[in-house]
Amino acid sequence: MTNPKGRFGIHGGQYIPETLMNAVIELEQAYNHFKEDEEFNKELTTLFNDYAGRPSRLYYAEKMTKDLGGAKIYLKREDLNHTGAHKINNVLGQALLAKKMGKTRLIAETGAGQHGVATATAAALMGMECVVFMGEEDTKRQALNVYKMKLLGAEVIPVKTGTATLKDAVSEAMREWTKRISDTHYCLGSVMGPHPFPTIVRDFQAVISKEIKEQMLEKEGRLPDAVIACVGGGSNAIGSFYHFIDDKDVRLIGCEAAGRGIDTFETAATISTGKLGIFHGMKSYFCQDSDGQIAPVYSISAGLDYPGVGPEHAYLYDIGRAEYVAVTDDEAVDAFEYLSKTEGIIPAIESSHALAHAIKLAPTMDKNKIIVITISGRGDKDCAAIARYRGENIYE
Amino acid sequence: MSNIKKAFRNGKAFIPFITCGDPDLQTTAEAVREAVKNGADLIELGIPFSDPTAEGPVIQGANIRALAGGIKTDKVFSFVRELRQDVTVPMVFMTYANVVFSYGAEKFISTCARIGIDGLILPDIPFEEKDEFMPLCRKYGVDLISLIAPTSADRIGMIAKEAEGFIYIVSSLGVTGERSSFSADLKSIVRTIRENTDVPCAIGFGISTPEHAKEMAAISDGAIVGSAIVRLLEKHGKDAPQHVGRFVRAMKDAME
Repeated sequence: MTNPKGRFGIHGGQYIPETLMNAVIELEQAYNHFKEDEEFNKELTTLFNDYAGRPSRLYYAEKMTKDLGGAKIYLKREDLNHTGAHKINNVLGQALLAKKMGKTRLIAETGAGQHGVATATAAALMGMECVVFMGEEDTKRQALNVYKMKLLGAEVIPVKTGTATLKDAVSEAMREWTKRISDTHYCLGSVMGPHPFPTIVRDFQAVISKEIKEQMLEKEGRLPDAVIACVGGGSNAIGSFYHFIDDKDVRLIGCEAAGRGIDTFETAATISTGKLGIFHGMKSYFCQDSDGQIAPVYSISAGLDYPGVGPEHAYLYDIGRAEYVAVTDDEAVDAFEYLSKTEGIIPAIESSHALAHAIKLAPTMDKNKIIVITISGRGDKDCAAIARYRGENIYE
Repeated sequence: MSNIKKAFRNGKAFIPFITCGDPDLQTTAEAVREAVKNGADLIELGIPFSDPTAEGPVIQGANIRALAGGIKTDKVFSFVRELRQDVTVPMVFMTYANVVFSYGAEKFISTCARIGIDGLILPDIPFEEKDEFMPLCRKYGVDLISLIAPTSADRIGMIAKEAEGFIYIVSSLGVTGERSSFSADLKSIVRTIRENTDVPCAIGFGISTPEHAKEMAAISDGAIVGSAIVRLLEKHGKDAPQHVGRFVRAMKDAME
């Protein structure tokens, strides 16, 4: 039998070079210690509430609900967090953990730049050194976030290898970690990579579903009928799903980036188009060719532009507990514009993938049903790119 | 006795690494033959992978060139079958877990055995995950090579006790690629290995000069050289085999 550690069904595991094994073992031990530690949890709650602005609002989108004419729609406003996305939840947890472990330096990968900005923010706050790896292609798509990371004191290293996007940034961050381990923590940004990362990141993001549950019970006195979130690696989605996994009547729906369509090669919809494989430390589903070469994926959204998916999502898919649908660039851009005009909320293009599916789903459901959509981040960073997508040549 | 152990029978082993299909398979074949003619004891053949996370820029480049040239796993298999007509030294594959997994582990490993591949080096399969492939490797008589790193510390004994073929000692932290200094603990790593097994051990990662090879061979059973050879292929392309031969000769001479 394969390594039982960090398994979600057949997925997960620790497929990494020997050089890193003691580092992940040390991380697992430290995490198991501190997650039960009263002082650690008190500090983290203070950071969440006083620094990141938690709990995030659960907002009843009344206009949207009326316009779509079906299920009642609530938005979980992770976009209102400090740094503008759910990424801060995980980063504050990991940075605090790293600090307790005596690490003085954080390294991270980033796609859209949100995780990089969040990591740079936590590093600034905690007085740690910070290096962020970002695909060169993404540094161009998300120039503003590159500036923010530098402003926060981080070094940003453009990654030129491969497709110069998120997967290459992950590879380069892993390479950097094998070079320098003793003072460095790899602050992985999603529920992926080798054990214990998928578990640690999920636990820090699970605050999203914990709050949704409390807020929903308070507002409606019952649980929602569906929770919808976008999935790249899958951290905001697993965070939104986690405390509902045992509530079998709550549909959990993950929205992957179909790019130009799942019948094209320009897609990043891993569960819809990928197959089982081993990459970036984990067994899961990956977009790959028949020889196991990882596919150069594409999405308008730099944050969903990843050829794999977190192992717990792969498992939830296998057992049929969560559904995964693919949403195209066009649909996501329409949803981006729709929420801006309807509710006065500019969502991240990543979150717009979840919105796009909800826009299709809500009218098919009864008015007494309830949908929660996680708005994982705000869309300021995407405005220039969407304008260009619509043929308007503006630059940040 | 595993075929790999033969590589260590006559003194210190020199183990060159070559990426299959960089720049093309014909050049790879000639480079292997030149290496063997000039004293290589074991050949490590790389099957290219799109995202080689344990490699530095030089070997990453070889992977990209080989894939761009249309290398497929099946082409590598038929290439080795042909190479085995005249090359008799032990040969191992170095690739990544997904290349083996996606081909079908049993189909991949049984094919290795059939075409004369003696071992498999998978840098993203640590001790904890080796059961992914180990039962099949045992079934078909292909050694799954264990790696030990400067950070392995308390893990060395556990890994060494179950090692087969030879042990690949990673010389220092980081990815593959030439470097000027190595971990200070190599001697004590070798000592701990020898307390636990008689499987030979060779040191790799960053070895690029005859002086390095001599130094590493003095404290272990051999030296593995990748990036320095791949660099010759990058620089000389189809004319590289003779340069590879000369390089192997210089390294081997220094080790004796």
